[in-house]
Amino acid sequence: MSQLAKWRRSEEASGWLLVSPTLVYSILLLAAPLAMVIALSFWTQDYLDLDKTFTLKNYIEAWSEPIYQTLMARSLKISAFVTALTILLAFPVAYYVSFYVPQKRKPLWIFLITIPFWTSYLMRIFLWKVILGYNGVINGSLLGIGVIEQPLSFILYNQNAVVVTLAHAWVPFAILPIFVALEKIDRSLLEAAEDLGDGPLRRFIRVTLPLAMPGVVAATVIVFIPTIGDYVTPRLVGGPNGLMISNMIELQFKKANNAPLGAALALSAMFLVSVISLIFVWLNRKYLVGQK
Amino acid sequence: MTDPIIRLSGIDKFYGDFQALHDVNAEIRTGEFFSLLGPSGCGKTTLLRTIAGFEDVTAGHVEIAGQSMDNVPANRRPTNMVFQSYAIFPHMSVAENVAYGLKARKMPKDQIATEVATALKQVGLEGYGERASHAMSGGQRQRVALARALVLKPKVLLLDEPLSALDKKMREQMQSELRHLQRAVGITFILVTHDQEEALTMSDRIAVMFEGRIGQLASPQDLYRRPVNRKVAEFIGVMNFLDVSVSDGTGDTFDCDIAGLGKVTIPAEQAPGGVDASVTAGVRPEMLTILSGENAHSEREASGIVEDVYYYGDMTYYDVKLDGVDHPVTISMRNTAGRSVLSRQDRARVGWGAESVLLLK
Repeated sequence: MSQLAKWRRSEEASGWLLVSPTLVYSILLLAAPLAMVIALSFWTQDYLDLDKTFTLKNYIEAWSEPIYQTLMARSLKISAFVTALTILLAFPVAYYVSFYVPQKRKPLWIFLITIPFWTSYLMRIFLWKVILGYNGVINGSLLGIGVIEQPLSFILYNQNAVVVTLAHAWVPFAILPIFVALEKIDRSLLEAAEDLGDGPLRRFIRVTLPLAMPGVVAATVIVFIPTIGDYVTPRLVGGPNGLMISNMIELQFKKANNAPLGAALALSAMFLVSVISLIFVWLNRKYLVGQK
Repeated sequence: MTDPIIRLSGIDKFYGDFQALHDVNAEIRTGEFFSLLGPSGCGKTTLLRTIAGFEDVTAGHVEIAGQSMDNVPANRRPTNMVFQSYAIFPHMSVAENVAYGLKARKMPKDQIATEVATALKQVGLEGYGERASHAMSGGQRQRVALARALVLKPKVLLLDEPLSALDKKMREQMQSELRHLQRAVGITFILVTHDQEEALTMSDRIAVMFEGRIGQLASPQDLYRRPVNRKVAEFIGVMNFLDVSVSDGTGDTFDCDIAGLGKVTIPAEQAPGGVDASVTAGVRPEMLTILSGENAHSEREASGIVEDVYYYGDMTYYDVKLDGVDHPVTISMRNTAGRSVLSRQDRARVGWGAESVLLLK
């Protein structure tokens, strides 16, 4: 028997064969592009050519230029607002579905919550433009009933619009993990809290909320990470002051023809997101430990 | 006698069309160990939750220590509960769990610490305060739940099948500990259980429930020796049933002809539920004797054939088919020195007396 035929019958071989589709997928679509971006970030754009000598110049520029600092800070700030708003909107919905919807109707409710995903993300952003715009639904209504005399301009093409649009897009993603965490709470714990003398509000603060924290942390991570990198929404509803770091990355790769700087910016953003996510993962573990 | 700590009057409870409690009336005495006993679905847990305030009554009233509990939510009732699942807060340490109710009462911190330590000592968990609650075993969680409730010094402690999740040995140990604890703290305990042995050994009084109604409320002895009807008699211990025809009821006594045993006159107190056409004769296994040897005598004697023998070491249980009866009766005999054990198919002389028999509807 040849060595190859022998190897093919081994457990190791079947293991490799079983993971190979995912392995190929991850190498081609995740590892390879990432490696390219990392390599690119240490090179220099020399008009049409790439100078492949190793340099930290791009990183120094990315971390020292005020424009990039501003954009990075703004991205973090907008993401933080979006996350906070999303959680605040999602929690009551998740709470209602978990505690007040009859058991057999819960799947239907969860299904209905996912309905907004049936329309394209772009479409939903454009709809927000219709709602928030100068001649949009909000201004039209307020003018119509005479509350305002001039259309409100602070509601579109600025950071508020970005926050509102993103929060709306991400709420369903936040509802699900919070809902799952609330579902897992043993209802007799709530009765015990009541039995021991807590009214509804104190019971919520002392039992429900701490036990729902893993869901809240998960929702935070799920919303925070992708919103930092979002560039469609700021582009369409953000106006000049609502642009985020990803818009700058796009600009460097395309119009500015400086892919290495874009790559360095992208990796810097990735680094920040990783640090923040690790903090959340650590927090989550801390909460989870107490519940096993 | 002191006033009852709990007075239940005319309690009905509906879940939609299903009636879980039918006109429940009971008085629970101050300081007693009271059990609600019944098969699953009989409404005993619903009744306990009604007292705790977790369920609204459809009709009727709960009164605790002379105060009406109408519209009083669970968190303001002088009762505390030990839940079946123990409901230990997983995100808190043992001490934090026990301190939960004291914090809700806004007791000063150092006082909480002493109270918690005392309560933990009381349930045998001294020094476990800093443990994470998820690191405790089933029996320990049970004790934490007890300490958490007792530290609040409730007027009534409610226990919802607290022992059902424990293994047999642990359960027996907790039974005697609970009993001792109850005597030590002097608080009224109300225990829900489906285990008749548990109820008999632990309680001062027991309410046996069937289908949302209290079938009988009595002391363990009365419940065993004077069950008011067939249902209660079947649920508590083992009871043999024999057909009976009652020919004459003078009021004080009944003249009976019992299938397999014979004719006898029975005093009225042995027919606690009265007599009508549906009445049967009930005989406990230990109220019948297997007579062995020439000298053995009994007030009355019947005979039958041994169908099966169950030997337990200290006891032997016989299934004996009495002449003229087609189902066997169970007879239990203590295996004293010199008493021989019969075998299957042996002919048995069965001794009995008028006091052995109950008339049950």
